[in-house]
Amino acid sequence: NTVAHIQNNVPASTLNLSQFNQDQVNQLIQQLQQHIRFILLQNRQGKTRLAKYYVPLEESEKHKVEYEVHRLVVNRDSKFTNFVEFRTHKVIYRRYAGLFFSLCVDITDNELAYLECIHLFVEILDHFFSNVCELDLVFNFHKVYLILDEFILAGELQETSKRAIIERMSELEKLE
Amino acid sequence: MSGMRGLSVFISDIRNCQNKEAERLRVDKELGNIRTCFKNDKGLTPYKKKKYVWKMLYIHMLGYDVDFGHMEAVSLISAPKYPEKQVGYIVTSCLLNENHDFLRLAINAVRNDIIGRNETYQCLALTLVGNIGGREFAESLAPDVQKLLISSSCRPLVRKKAALCLLRLFRKNPDVVNADGWADRMAQLLDERDLGVLTSSMSLLVSLVSNDYEGYSSCLPKCVKILERLARNQDVPQEYTYYGIPSPWLQVKTMRALQYFPTIEDPSTRRSLFEVLQRILMGTDVVKNADNQRKVYAMKFIDAFFLFAHLLGIVNNYICTCIYIYKERDILLPCHLIQYFSHVSLDLLYGMCDVSNAKGIVEELLQYLSTAEFSMREELSLKAAILAEKFAPDLSWYVDVILQLIDNAGDFVSDDIWFRVVQFVTNNEDLQPYAASKVREYMDKIAIHETMVKVSAYILGEYGHLLARRPGCSARELFGILHEKLPTVSSPTIPLLLSTYAKLLMHAQPPDIELQKQIWNVFKKYESSIDVEIQQRAVEYFELSKKGAALMDVLAEMPKFPERQSSLIKKVEDVEDTADQSAIKLRAQQLPSNALVLADPQPVNGTPPPLKVPSISGIKLDHESASQTQSQPNGDLSKVQSQIPSADLLGEMVDPLAIEAPPVDMGSHQRVYREEDGIPDEVDGTAIVPIGDQANKVEPIGNITERFNALCLKDSGVLYEDPYIQIGVKAEWRGHHGRLVLFLGNKVTSPLTSVQALILPPAHLKLELSLVPDTIPPRAQVQCPLEVMNIRPSRDVAVLDFSYKFGTSMVSAKLRLPAVLNKFLQPLQLTSEEFFPQWRSLSGPPLKLQEVVRGVRPLSLSEMENLFNSFRVTICPGLDPNPNNLVASTTFYSENTRPMLCLARIETDPADRTQLRLTVASGDSTLTFELKEFIKEQLIAIPMGSRALVPAVPVPAAPLAQPPSPAVDANDPGAMLAGLL
Repeated sequence: NTVAHIQNNVPASTLNLSQFNQDQVNQLIQQLQQHIRFILLQNRQGKTRLAKYYVPLEESEKHKVEYEVHRLVVNRDSKFTNFVEFRTHKVIYRRYAGLFFSLCVDITDNELAYLECIHLFVEILDHFFSNVCELDLVFNFHKVYLILDEFILAGELQETSKRAIIERMSELEKLE
Repeated sequence: MSGMRGLSVFISDIRNCQNKEAERLRVDKELGNIRTCFKNDKGLTPYKKKKYVWKMLYIHMLGYDVDFGHMEAVSLISAPKYPEKQVGYIVTSCLLNENHDFLRLAINAVRNDIIGRNETYQCLALTLVGNIGGREFAESLAPDVQKLLISSSCRPLVRKKAALCLLRLFRKNPDVVNADGWADRMAQLLDERDLGVLTSSMSLLVSLVSNDYEGYSSCLPKCVKILERLARNQDVPQEYTYYGIPSPWLQVKTMRALQYFPTIEDPSTRRSLFEVLQRILMGTDVVKNADNQRKVYAMKFIDAFFLFAHLLGIVNNYICTCIYIYKERDILLPCHLIQYFSHVSLDLLYGMCDVSNAKGIVEELLQYLSTAEFSMREELSLKAAILAEKFAPDLSWYVDVILQLIDNAGDFVSDDIWFRVVQFVTNNEDLQPYAASKVREYMDKIAIHETMVKVSAYILGEYGHLLARRPGCSARELFGILHEKLPTVSSPTIPLLLSTYAKLLMHAQPPDIELQKQIWNVFKKYESSIDVEIQQRAVEYFELSKKGAALMDVLAEMPKFPERQSSLIKKVEDVEDTADQSAIKLRAQQLPSNALVLADPQPVNGTPPPLKVPSISGIKLDHESASQTQSQPNGDLSKVQSQIPSADLLGEMVDPLAIEAPPVDMGSHQRVYREEDGIPDEVDGTAIVPIGDQANKVEPIGNITERFNALCLKDSGVLYEDPYIQIGVKAEWRGHHGRLVLFLGNKVTSPLTSVQALILPPAHLKLELSLVPDTIPPRAQVQCPLEVMNIRPSRDVAVLDFSYKFGTSMVSAKLRLPAVLNKFLQPLQLTSEEFFPQWRSLSGPPLKLQEVVRGVRPLSLSEMENLFNSFRVTICPGLDPNPNNLVASTTFYSENTRPMLCLARIETDPADRTQLRLTVASGDSTLTFELKEFIKEQLIAIPMGSRALVPAVPVPAAPLAQPPSPAVDANDPGAMLAGLL
């Protein structure tokens, strides 16, 4: 009952494709599409400040994933890369003050693109809350979800313009 | 939402909890409260409901299970007002997943919002479906979402969400989008100016083309346009540039999409793509020292390289990573990736090595050598050696590397590597004392590899006297330490040691009577050696050394090896192509120097030639002159035969897989045959010598046949080389399609003109060569992709008729292209349940053919397995109950046959490894026959494939044991014996 199991996603490197016929291979490739599996925002103590899953996981599994990812990134030496294998995927993480932003993506995915993705997200949050700190995210967690939904959808980057997202947020605030 | 004081209070309460227990109590209290409120929800105001649902999400985020209230969250979706609706949508998409039954209840409400007129509601609904929509959503909502995506009245805001929503639905259910018709819409979408919509649409496109690239080929030029627009920063709003780079993510995505297209037909699209990629790879848009920007650039770099590699026909993620590491060292550490070294990435690492990183890469390779798979070590050591030579910052470093290489992995260092170092030392006086002292150090080790003994013996013999004043380096001491090793070496090394002794004796100043006595004792001992070579040397050296001054002349220091080309760099380039070739070249280079030494007829065999035992070069020399003077066939033949032991002598360097060609100078054999039999050039497919060979002053470097043979089993390498040009090949095969890229590299500093390349395709292949430029600029490399399509099974080979002009001389060559039968095979391993029914259903000729093959090159079963696997016929272990038999399977791809299953069985006789029974079966009679013949060729002579063009060259009396002899096929012992058994 791992992520891989539930999603039916197996990294290509572990497969011997020769045992499959072309259709099956296509199907596998289809499943291997790269997208973000989940996004986590955790503090050093492991408190989750934001969790968004783009793959169907059960409650208990989500908690387990959060626990494992936290353990994986929190003790990692800063001289190591920001990419770490996680089960059959990899986690791209970046630390800002006491907060860890982690993205889980496919093994074959472009790590650096996601690393910068995290940074862009942080810049957006910083812009929106003007000088964001953890407390902003705690008390306005619902806003963070809204921003995230404007930024990433279906596990894919939706909008990379800070301005577009901030403008959209103020549009939405007017509606409330 | 600002008025949700209850929520803030709750969050503060949680924050104020002293411990986990207190937190749990507070959460439980809140959950109880919410549960009660939901139970009698008649009086619940929308505001309260909203507040509670947010609290639920918060509690869920804290890690507590929230197992109720989902219904309430879902019901908020159909709330009439935006604030409630928003909460409903967000919390639902966080708490539920696509497998929850509750979600079904929402489908209708969601659909109403999507088809409704309220743009904000549309966004909410699309977001929910995009994040957690499952198959049912796909079935009921896909057409509506598609409509929104292409609607001209929708704001970009809605459309970008629709694109990603559709992507999610497509992933869940690929049927929702059908390519016909939709492809055009997709292409239109890519004309979009808004980069947000483009980013989303590109994600969708990546997914669509990964499923069916052909259907979306109309999107290809649009992708290139987008990439161009971004790379040139045309019409990109400031808000979409990230650290000065126009939407790097969209660039990455676009390049990903392009990777799914196997080829780019349109030359102008292709050209602009290459231009853009070059721009990205060269990093012209990067300001130096801008750290952040450099990182962003790096992220593009990977994908750009990926795509570049793809276009050139190499796909391997790790290559790119490796490359990237060396480019951007300070971000990533290579160590964990080095483990992923495959042959491919090794090739690439090798290819990308330059002066700046050579030291690092070579040291990395040396280190990796000790842990690498055995099958890779020879290649690794060879590449390390070549890179060391090519990019050595100074020659002493090169000597260090090679000696270290021999020391670490002597078994995997082929002779040509140490020949090479000897050559360098001989040609560089400054290096001689250093090298001598270095090998002297190694000699102190207790156990050293025989190759090290050879190198040391040679260098100490020639230059040992330069160290004479150092402690432990007197002639007598050198003799002592070398002679200690003599009992441990094999007989081919002994003659080398004897030569060294003779030289040491000569150099001993003042003459050392004691040493003379010792050495004469050794000579006397070997005077009666059973090995002719050793015996002869012992006798001759003994006699010579009595002559005093005459000895000085005969044993004078080896003359410098002639540099075939003027500069050192060029000389190094010749070694660029690999193991199988350089030994031959080296020998070719030695010839003139031998001639000088051998001018005195008397000591022909007595004088040690620089690198080889004399018998070989002696014969080579004769052989060469024989073919020049067109002497009698008999004489030639006997020489050809007498070369067999020389092949054995060098047999140590045949690698474990025996894929590389044995180091026999095929070129001269073939020339001999041709002259004997009067077979005109055109028929001689075996050699594909440059036409007009005699008149042609430009001689190819290395053996073309061997190069071709090697390329039959691997996908990249050198096809042809002469002093002016090198033609490399990289190939990628997919089903019955193939893609070869010819790399035409001009090695000299003047342009090569009138370059022409014509393909003479056999009937079964469809070949399309892209335009070959008329001129290759000085020291430039031109790439010419070549598309191959296999129509039906055949062993015929395509020929590239290549010619160019250098100065006034016209050079032309006919080169066979390694688009051979086995390239269209795809490995396939079957289980016994899959194998046997197939095997039985194919009964007897013409679908199943059996033949007894004689004259097989003796191979152990594991070697044979390796051989089969190397040409993509997969051995299925354990299927045959008899351990002496092998069973193999593969799939063959051609346009006429479907992907066709092929089965084979090889029954070997442990008592006689030179014969076996081969059975091949497939659903197509031609295929069965061709595959059987192909396998036979492989087994009889390794490497294979040289006879495809000339099935009937009658070569008389060619010895069977001579591996690549064209005669074997003509004899075809199997055919004759098939009836007997």
